[in-house]
Amino acid sequence: MDQTVTERIKRDIEDNDVVLYMKGTPVFPQCGFSAAVVQVLSHMGVKFKGIDILVDPALRQGIKDFSNWPTIPQLYVKGEFVGGCDIVRDMYEQGELQSLLKEKGVAFNEAA
Amino acid sequence: MDYRTRIETKLTAGLEPVRLAVKDVSHRHAGHAGHDPRGESHFDVTVVSARFEGVGRVARQRLVYDLLADELKERVHALQLRTLTPAEDAASG
Repeated sequence: MDQTVTERIKRDIEDNDVVLYMKGTPVFPQCGFSAAVVQVLSHMGVKFKGIDILVDPALRQGIKDFSNWPTIPQLYVKGEFVGGCDIVRDMYEQGELQSLLKEKGVAFNEAA
Repeated sequence: MDYRTRIETKLTAGLEPVRLAVKDVSHRHAGHAGHDPRGESHFDVTVVSARFEGVGRVARQRLVYDLLADELKERVHALQLRTLTPAEDAASG
């Protein structure tokens, strides 16, 4: 696996509390699954960095190798892989995403 | 063998599910980045298996993804996954 890609991923998920690897951008998602995660995070008022893997083929494969997870989107909180669309949505509905963010000290709108 | 049958066969062998539903939903993703004009690119999969007991969400989906590694490499672009234990399945009605 490309060492520079791994280094970049590590840096991005260390420097930003919440990172979403996605297809498209938070404003213009290119895939329904990516859009669904953006919607959950936006609704919760979580500040996150969206990284578009479509514009970077090395990253597109690199992120899958990094997490050993074959699909996009992928959500990371404080450097840890949380899951893809089904997991994020499910966790949000069960209140587990809220608990995770609180536990990790990430700010969000708790009234949402 | 079509992809749906391959997915069913592998998940049945690997997870001995008490309930398994595999649905081809590729048409819902027509025109989007990962859509394959031949179809069989997106599946909706529900697996109910005792093997998920005491296993976290990410690990459950990894079990499924590992069993379907070849299919994901070839044609299948994304899975919408529900991975439940028999007790969770009963509770969800």
